[in-house]
Amino acid sequence: MNLALSDEQVFLREAARGALSRFKTLEAAREALDGDESAMPDLWPTAREAGWPGLLIDEAHGGAGLDAFDAMLVLGECGRVLAGVPLLGHLPATAILGDAPSAAELMTDLATGERRAAYLPAQPPSELDQRWSTDSASGAARAPLPSAGAAGEDGRVAVTGSIAFVPDAPGADTLVGVVLLDGKPVGVAIPTDVPGVRIEPVSRYDATRSLGHVTLEAAPAVVLDAPEESLAAAWYLAQALIAAESLGSVETALDVSVAYAKERFTFGRAIGSYQAVKHGLTEVLRQLENGRSLLYYAGWARAGAPGEFALAASAARSVGGNALDTAARTMISVHGGIGATWEHDAPLYFRRAQLSRRLLGGTSQATDRVAGELIAQADAA
Amino acid sequence: MDLDDTPEQAAYRAQVRSWLDEHKAEAPILQGPGALEDEDEIVAARRAWQGKLAEGGLAGVTWPQEYGGQGLGPIEQVICNQEISRAKVPGILDAIGVGMLGPTIIAHGNEEQKSRYLGPMLHGDEVWCQLFSEPAAGSDLAAVQTRARQQDDGSWRLTGQKVWTTNAQFASYGLLLARTDADVPKHKGMTMFIVPIDAEGVTVRGLRQISGEAEFNEVFFDDVALDEGAVVGGLSNGWGTGLTTLMFERVTIGLGSEGMGYNSTRFAGAIAADEHARRDPEVRHRLGEVASELLAVRFTGYRTLSALQKGQIPGPEAGLAKVTIVSGAIKAGDLIADVIGPDALSEDSEWAYMISFLPGLKSAGGTEEILKNTVGERVLGLPPEPRLDKGIPFSELRSKEGAAA
Repeated sequence: MNLALSDEQVFLREAARGALSRFKTLEAAREALDGDESAMPDLWPTAREAGWPGLLIDEAHGGAGLDAFDAMLVLGECGRVLAGVPLLGHLPATAILGDAPSAAELMTDLATGERRAAYLPAQPPSELDQRWSTDSASGAARAPLPSAGAAGEDGRVAVTGSIAFVPDAPGADTLVGVVLLDGKPVGVAIPTDVPGVRIEPVSRYDATRSLGHVTLEAAPAVVLDAPEESLAAAWYLAQALIAAESLGSVETALDVSVAYAKERFTFGRAIGSYQAVKHGLTEVLRQLENGRSLLYYAGWARAGAPGEFALAASAARSVGGNALDTAARTMISVHGGIGATWEHDAPLYFRRAQLSRRLLGGTSQATDRVAGELIAQADAA
Repeated sequence: MDLDDTPEQAAYRAQVRSWLDEHKAEAPILQGPGALEDEDEIVAARRAWQGKLAEGGLAGVTWPQEYGGQGLGPIEQVICNQEISRAKVPGILDAIGVGMLGPTIIAHGNEEQKSRYLGPMLHGDEVWCQLFSEPAAGSDLAAVQTRARQQDDGSWRLTGQKVWTTNAQFASYGLLLARTDADVPKHKGMTMFIVPIDAEGVTVRGLRQISGEAEFNEVFFDDVALDEGAVVGGLSNGWGTGLTTLMFERVTIGLGSEGMGYNSTRFAGAIAADEHARRDPEVRHRLGEVASELLAVRFTGYRTLSALQKGQIPGPEAGLAKVTIVSGAIKAGDLIADVIGPDALSEDSEWAYMISFLPGLKSAGGTEEILKNTVGERVLGLPPEPRLDKGIPFSELRSKEGAAA
C-alpha cells in the first residue's frame, strides 16, 4: 500500500509552484477581464523549460515518461494561481498519440513543446447511450462527432464537423481527436495550418481560459492506429486533469479564506471562531480532501486498473467541480461584501469555477457517468 | 503508487487467510440459512468464536505480545480485518474492549489490572463496555456528573447514570469516567474506574432506537461499592486516561469504516435493479454524487494506511471521512426509498434498518458539529469559540449555566 507522494513527485510539484510564482497570473487575469488580453503571460515557454509538454510521452521519444498522476500534480499548481498553461489541451492529445505507433514521428516535437497539440473532446458512449458525442456550442443536446470520408491518395481522410469550446485550441499546431469513419470511432491528427481547419478563439467569463470553436471542412487528417480504449481514456484523462486543476484552485480559495477568518474580527472575536464560518470552511476542506482522494484513485486506476479509470476520473471531476463551486462561494461569503468586488481575487476564482464546471461535458455529465459506470458494474456482477 | 502488499504484508495476509480457511467452518452463522436467532445463543457463540480468533492470533493484533497480542502494527490489523471480511465470518464480539478499552488499560493500568483483566477480555470470556457518556455529558464529555466518593477505608461509592452503552446487557466489566472532585475545574476532577456490571446497585436497561431495536443501554449506578484497586490511571487523571480511549476509538472507526457496508457498489446495485430508475436523470445524478463521495472515502482509507505505514500520523482526511460516510449513506437511503417506495420502509427491509440507524450515527463517536469544530481548529487553525467553563470549579458551573439561561 503506497499512495504517498514520492520524493520525485514532491519535487515536481514544488518546481511547478516555483516556476509559476514568477508570474503575476492573478493580476493578469483581472486586467484581461478588463479587456487587456495582452496582459495574459505566455506560459508555454515556462512549460517547455520545465518539461511539462512531454510529461506523458515516453522517454524514447524525448518525454519524461511519467504518469497521469504526475500531470495532475502540475495541473493542480496551475489551478492554484489560475495560470493559463495550455496543458489541458496538450496532454490528452499526447496520450492518444503515444498509443498510436504510426504517430511516433510527431512525438519528439510535441515532447519538447516545439509543437503544441490540442485535444478535441470526445465523450465515449455510456451504458445508456451508445453514441460518442462532443460539446455543442449552446444548449443541452450533445453534438455528434465529426465524420471522415474515404482516404485519399496520401492516406489522409477528409474530416468535416464542429467541436465547440475546445480547451487551448487557439495557437495549437495539431488537433488530436476522435472522428467517425464508416460509423466507427477512430483517432485522427490534424495539422492546423491546412485548408479546411478554422479555429475561432472564444472567451467566456474567465479570461484565464483559452478556448476555441473548431470547424473542420474536409480537413485532411492522419488516421491514428490508437485503440478505441485509448480514445476513451483520453476523455477521462481530460476529466481527471481538469479535476486536479479545480482542486488546486480550491486550495488557494481555502487558504485565503482561512487567513481572513483569523484576522477579521466582529463582536470582539475572530470570525473564524464562529461555528457558522468555521463549519463552512471545514466543509470546503472536506470536499477538497475527498477530491484529492479521488485524484489518487484516478492516478492509480489509469495504469493499475484501466477498467475503473472511467469511474475514478468521472468521480474526481464530479467532486472537484462541486468543491470549486463551494470553495469560490465560501470565499466570497467569508470575505463579506469585498469578496464580491473587483478589488478582491475571489471573483476570479468564482469565474473560474463557473466556466470550468461547464467545459469538457460539464461536471454534471461526469456525475451521470459515475452512476452509469456503477450501474454497468452492478449488471456485470 | 500502488495498492499492493509489501512481501512481509503478503506473507502475513497468507498466514491469516490460511488460518481462516482452516477454521471458518467453526464460525457462528449470523445471516442466511441456518443463522442463529436467539440473542443469548448468538452472544455465546460469538464469544466462543472470539476465543478461537484470539488463539489463532487474529484478535489483539496490535496488542503487545506479553498481554496475548501479536505486537503488530495498524496495517496488519487492517489486513486481518480484510481477511475476516473476505472469509464472510464474524469478527470479534468485543471490538470496544479489544480495540479501545484494553489498549487504555495497557497504557494506564497497573500490573495487577493488566494481568487480571486483559486475558479474559481478549478471549471473549469477559466482555467490556465503555461508560463515558451521560444524558448531560456527550459532546462536552468533561461535564460528567456520575459521582464517586471515597470512603474512610479507601473504597469508593458510585452513584449516577451512563447512556449509549453498547454491549452492557452482556458485559462483565465497564470502564467508567466519574467525577471525584467537584471543587476543581471540570477536566481536573475526574477519575477512571473499572466497574463490575454484576455489582449490587448496577441496573442495565435497553434503550430502543428508531428501528425499534435496543443496540444501546442506559446504565444506572445506585451507591455501588468499588474497592480501592478499581482506579485506572490514578486519582484525578480521568480526563487524560479517557483521551487515550477516545484516540483508540478514532483509530478503530478509521480502520473499520470500510466494513460499515455504506459503499457505492451496494447502493448502485439497488438502483440498477429498477428498470425505470436506472435511466432517470435525476436518480442517476443523485446516485453519482453520493457514490463519488463514498468512493473518495475508500481511497481516503488507503491514504490513511499509507501514512500509518510510513510511521506518519493520518491527516485531516481521516477525521472528515466519518462526516462523508454518514451524510452519504443518509442521502443514499433517501434516494433508494424514493425509488423503491414504501416497501423500502417495511420492517424487514435492509434499507429501513439503515434509514433508521443513520440519524443516531450522525451523533455517535463525536457529533458532526464537534467533529467540524475539531477539524476547523486543529487542522485549519481557526480560533476556538469562547468558553464559559474555563478555570471554574465544576460545582459552581451549574449555577452559572442557570444564570446564563
